[in-house]
Amino acid sequence: MMLPDLATVIRSKNAGPFELTFDILFSDPYDYQRVVRSGQLSAESFASLYGIALDDVLSVIEFEPALAIKITIKRTRSSGALGESDVYGAQQHAPLLQLDIP
Amino acid sequence: MTQISILSPTAILGYGFPEASFREGLSRRPSAIAVDAGSTDPGPYYLGAGQSFTNRDAVKRDLVPMIKAGLDLSIPVLIGTAGGSGAAAHLCWCLDIVQDVLLDLNRSARVASIVADQSAEEIMRALADGRISPLGPVKPLTEKDINDSNCIVAQMGAEPVISALNKGADIIVAGRCYDPAVFAAVPIRAGYPEALALHMGKILECAAIAAEPGSGADCMLGTLDHEGFVLEALNPDRRCTVTSVAAHTLYEKADPRYLPGPGGVLDLTSCRFEQIDQRRVRITGTELLPSERYTVKLEGAKPTGFRTITIAGIRAPDLISQLDQVLEEVREQVFQNFESIDEADVSVIFRCYGRDAVMGKLEPLRHLTPHEIGLVIEVVAATQALADTICSFARSTLLHLGYPGRLSTAGNLAFPYSPSDISHGVVYEFSLYHLMTVDDPVSLFPVTVDLMGVSE
Repeated sequence: MMLPDLATVIRSKNAGPFELTFDILFSDPYDYQRVVRSGQLSAESFASLYGIALDDVLSVIEFEPALAIKITIKRTRSSGALGESDVYGAQQHAPLLQLDIP
Repeated sequence: MTQISILSPTAILGYGFPEASFREGLSRRPSAIAVDAGSTDPGPYYLGAGQSFTNRDAVKRDLVPMIKAGLDLSIPVLIGTAGGSGAAAHLCWCLDIVQDVLLDLNRSARVASIVADQSAEEIMRALADGRISPLGPVKPLTEKDINDSNCIVAQMGAEPVISALNKGADIIVAGRCYDPAVFAAVPIRAGYPEALALHMGKILECAAIAAEPGSGADCMLGTLDHEGFVLEALNPDRRCTVTSVAAHTLYEKADPRYLPGPGGVLDLTSCRFEQIDQRRVRITGTELLPSERYTVKLEGAKPTGFRTITIAGIRAPDLISQLDQVLEEVREQVFQNFESIDEADVSVIFRCYGRDAVMGKLEPLRHLTPHEIGLVIEVVAATQALADTICSFARSTLLHLGYPGRLSTAGNLAFPYSPSDISHGVVYEFSLYHLMTVDDPVSLFPVTVDLMGVSE
């Protein structure tokens, strides 16, 4: 099953000007647990999905009170610096839409 | 008093709110009306250039009912991170609007302004003392970063805001603030637990964004007692749910469990979110882990050049299929034509919307060939004149460049506008995003109180 079939929110946004954070939210605890258990949103999997270095994945946090998985990565450049493509970081989530959850 | 309510009219001053929600909020007899007016989200330009990302008329529209209600009910109106970035220029801009509103209302008020600007000398001293450290994946601060910055602000905590309240201010216009500070100041001053007051402020600062359906342009009420606080969306069409509030605790931050701020870290690991009725959520269990030394966050911006852009579309499949080679040739011709210009001093960026302009190197579908490209040619150079020249030359070169197999020999670009080129002004970059330890959380942020509005 694909991640959008299980999650209710898949979004990206700046967490300050130097970090980009991804939130995957679920409405059903079973779906949340299924994705957590799949290991598809580990630091390693995320780095490989986005083609970035593992060191650039700063944290992966499973936050059960909100049925949420949160991944924070280092921004390519600080928000708005020369070469910026997404000042707010709000349109960097698309690769997650293609993630297959076994 | 065993509980205290704070009214948050809107997520950002100037984003608006329905009158009915605001009136409902006032009917709950809040002890303060507080609003966040800023964010770093719109990027470094606004801090560097001293401009607000919000609109003057929209800010005034919001302030009229807020200030009128504050004065009528004798409760303080608190504005945090005035003018969007909270530096001196932004503070002046906001104070000017406050003055305008007071004159329109034919009222006077004691208005406190709290300055958050930090001088280069002060920051140099702190750097030399080893009191500055990077925040997250940021390089260590250098003297050059400080010298290059044309504006440096520090985020104040609740303490300077409390100091302004102690001076009897009716309206507080604060420079760069830790977002919860203006919401937490009145409850902390009244003796409520700091951890709960700050956590409540953390949610109230985004107003009804934490409700369902969420909105950045609607009111929220927070009611605090000594054990916890209750959040309520004031528009009957919205409600706070455990999910909407818990989800909001994730928003725009790296770790929802620990929220660092000036003076300490909010620890949410023992928090309980409880649905007390259809529309309200109660939160308990927030703790504050005090820092060993008080720290404030520094933000700075520096100019890096001047920008000129051109926007054009490309529809020719033969051109799109060899776009990278063609754009590289344009770049080479530009620098051949202006031999005296060093390539290191001028940036020429081609943004290919429809292919990879949104995600750049992170784009996994870059190999697909689109039928249309939205092209932005961007040039950043040391002067506006040079950026204009190079952008113009890159545009005309690409318009008429021949390439293998070209069928459409009249021109390669579809321009939506005449004139095609846009001089975009100064480009800024965040130059400071660091923590500074301080001895006194108040003295860095001078408070002055003036009588404003009509003369009595």
